[in-house]
Amino acid sequence: MDMTGAPSGPKSQPRVGLFVTCLVDIIRPSVGFAAVKLLEDAGCKVVVPSQTCCGQPAYNAGDRDSAKTLARQAIDAFEDCDYVVAPSGSCGGMLIKHYPELFAGEPDLAQRAGRFAEKTHELISFLVDVMGVKKVAARYEGTVAYHDSCAGLRELGVKTQPRRLLAGVEGLKLVELTDAEVCCGFGGLFATKYGELSNAIVARKADDIRSVEPDTVLAGDLGCLMNMAGKLQRDGSPIKARHVAEILAGMADGPAIGEGKPEAAR
Amino acid sequence: MSSRAAVFASIRRSLGVTGDEATRRFEVETRLKQAPPGVVPKRGQGDVSARLATFKAEAERAQASVTEVREWADAPAEIARYLRESNCPATLRMGDDPRLTGMPWSETTLEILRGPSDGHDLNAVSAAFAGIAETGTLALVSGPDNPTTLNFLPDNHIVVLPREAIEADYESVFAKLRSVYGKGGAPRTLNFITGPSRSADIEQTLLLGAHGPRRLHIVVIG
Amino acid sequence: MSVVATSAKFKDNAHEALTDARLQGAMAFSRNFVGRRAAAAARLPEFEALRDSARAIKDHTLAHIDLYLDAYEQKVRASGGEVHFAQDADEARKIIIDLCKSMGAKSVTKGKSMIAEEINLNHALEGAGIEPIETDLGEYIIQLRGEGPSHIIAPAIHLTAKDIEQEFRKAHGDLLPERSLAEPEQLLAEARQVLRAKFLAADVGITGANFLVAETGTSIIVTNEGNGDLTQILPRAHIVIASLEKIVPTLEDAAQLLRVLARSATGQDASVYTTLSTGPRRPGDPDGPRAYHVVILDNGRSTMLGGEFEDMLRCIRCGACMNHCPVYQAVGGHAYGWVYPGPMGAVLTPSLIGVAEGGQLPNASTFCGRCEEVCPVRIPLPGMMRHWREREFERRLSPAPMRYGLGFWAFFASRPALYRMATGLAARAMHLAGRKKGRFASLPFAGGWTRYRDLAAPEGATFQSQWRARSGAVR
Repeated sequence: MDMTGAPSGPKSQPRVGLFVTCLVDIIRPSVGFAAVKLLEDAGCKVVVPSQTCCGQPAYNAGDRDSAKTLARQAIDAFEDCDYVVAPSGSCGGMLIKHYPELFAGEPDLAQRAGRFAEKTHELISFLVDVMGVKKVAARYEGTVAYHDSCAGLRELGVKTQPRRLLAGVEGLKLVELTDAEVCCGFGGLFATKYGELSNAIVARKADDIRSVEPDTVLAGDLGCLMNMAGKLQRDGSPIKARHVAEILAGMADGPAIGEGKPEAAR
Repeated sequence: MSSRAAVFASIRRSLGVTGDEATRRFEVETRLKQAPPGVVPKRGQGDVSARLATFKAEAERAQASVTEVREWADAPAEIARYLRESNCPATLRMGDDPRLTGMPWSETTLEILRGPSDGHDLNAVSAAFAGIAETGTLALVSGPDNPTTLNFLPDNHIVVLPREAIEADYESVFAKLRSVYGKGGAPRTLNFITGPSRSADIEQTLLLGAHGPRRLHIVVIG
Repeated sequence: MSVVATSAKFKDNAHEALTDARLQGAMAFSRNFVGRRAAAAARLPEFEALRDSARAIKDHTLAHIDLYLDAYEQKVRASGGEVHFAQDADEARKIIIDLCKSMGAKSVTKGKSMIAEEINLNHALEGAGIEPIETDLGEYIIQLRGEGPSHIIAPAIHLTAKDIEQEFRKAHGDLLPERSLAEPEQLLAEARQVLRAKFLAADVGITGANFLVAETGTSIIVTNEGNGDLTQILPRAHIVIASLEKIVPTLEDAAQLLRVLARSATGQDASVYTTLSTGPRRPGDPDGPRAYHVVILDNGRSTMLGGEFEDMLRCIRCGACMNHCPVYQAVGGHAYGWVYPGPMGAVLTPSLIGVAEGGQLPNASTFCGRCEEVCPVRIPLPGMMRHWREREFERRLSPAPMRYGLGFWAFFASRPALYRMATGLAARAMHLAGRKKGRFASLPFAGGWTRYRDLAAPEGATFQSQWRARSGAVR
């Protein structure tokens, strides 16, 4: 597939390490493959170093030591990559904003974390802002809504980039949520620790999604998507949830989040 | 150790200072003396006409009403008209401000009362120290000329404001204040008033006349 | 206002709030603030620059706060007023009650003051035989109900007009029972009438202060009703109760902060009444208090200086954080269990009442970051909530199952080969278990999730195992 908008990155074929993220790795690998396709179509050489977790759950739970261990591991794993790209604003925020903060008192590690952060990006903003992608070649017949995941939006400034690429998808209609920037209530461990409260928040998000009547809700974070999908499904709503990368890569034919293999009755 | 000493000791312990450090003292003295202005919005800037226009627009936005008269002597008729058209009784309390007391009230049928309010007045008139174009705000200072109670107790508050007294911003009013009360000085009470009293405490419904005046009418002179 | 904090029971409080249909209906009223703040900010091109300026002023002041407090005190004295320092709530209450008693005060009108709530002043005044009368309409209403405020700007935001009518009928027994109170205007008119008499009869007026200005020895209050003004100019004495971080250096500095305060709180460019008070009545003044006292409260703030939570002292009590917080919007202010709700409450409460009592609050956050985004003085609220979580983790105050779970996860995550194997197994097993619908309606250990939502099942083999299989080489 050809892409309009030649890469304008500094190298002709940058070596991009995919930071796949735990949720994508374990729950929905198809998002990872969509990310690989998008990156390769943009002219990147994608590598996948052996990796585990960015350490955010530990970090947000107050366990700095475990977070530091995992951070050092991640920084090491991606040492020889020109860029590190994650299909997640939340993990991306951890790698970019919080790794340097984790090592603030340790000059050598702080420097390494700083350099690591400089070369790390969230997926969609990387494609648009660094690789200069203006349009993807995907088609999608349907109406979608886009939820702005909090970390991506507020920590990394991901807002216009996904919308710009979605606008160029043939056949796709984008409807805006009334409160696209309001939290979905996931918050990592919060969703389970404060389940009732998380439910109250995602209930409002689900109402908002239903009110604009998309067939699918998109976002750049699998945690948010699983949360919204889970609520919509429990409510009996037919609205699906996918990672925005799936649509942009033209790989939105498989089961949506929380769907099994398609059945005859669906 | 007195409470004061204990609080200061705790502060200094936390900051890791003794309080005698020359640099710190110098910084504080300098800031207090120079009072640097910070970010001043452009909104209220401009010449007298521009400031008046902005003042009027902002004051009306805050539900005050604004009229203009040419001379001080024209004010009583305008105020009498306002009270009549607002179905208010023809009484008016004011302080000792000679600019107000010297106006030709006898040309109206208003009953004029003098002195601070005890809560039984429906209408009062004050002369403002200054206006602030930036937010359509009036600055009123305490004293026998314009008792502070007149700003709050009556139902209807009328404020007379000379056109040239409309400053662009708060900083300009502070400069004027210092010229009158001295550097570091201030009146007993300085009221910045923007529109009539209101509350939204009942279901976030905006209602005027919470405890202060229900109506604020501004008469710009000049 | 309950003396005992129930913040440790936040989860239970939240449950009550979430199942309280009346409260949930009333919470809709608080959703206007977001749009109003956004409109006010959009209307002022200098808004972002003002936020930076406000933050810088606060930082500078905190770094020199001892010297500014000293300068302030001298100025207040010079204008004929008195300053009293109180180390804690007990001292503050005692100072105020002694002052009231020395003036033979029987009734005291009060402007809205969160510090007065913090020290539980009304309860103490009543105990001393002095009647405190809240005059801010919202505070008056909740005083009738025996409740504390649920929002720092709009104390009665959790109530409907019907709730308020009920309280007025109960409390204003000498008014005609047949009177209509169906319209908010009628409720307001009644409150104005009832409170007017109290304003005029009060012996002492107690207000808080939004700012204390060192340059002139001035206290500043910001209201829309005018109640604070009637409180401070009508009685014989005016007592200001303020926490020590309210100090700002100059009038110009106050103006910087005032410009972001009203816009952040209610979306107004300026509150109706911004009043600067300096000392008691001057010779020749026809009105005003004859005595002017300022009580400056520490109550734990001095120990916040120079530490991890110092930035919290920048707070100017605008309420923007709670207006934008999804947690506050879901449960309202009372669930937080003490004086300060929302994100600022989650950070400040453990500092003032301790981690054991207040530590739940910083945990009940998704770290969405909207609070920090709108804070006029750019307080890094989520970061400070994380600091509290770190403190709790160090002291093993976080719940055991979570510690074990995280420890378990960290063990595997720090061993990549083991991680790949374990996640590979788990993904396959969970995929098989959930393959019928592709999701779980219930799952052990995940009850907090699955009680309310379905949980997507893994697709099957992990990404990394598929990638290795495809490319045949992973380092």
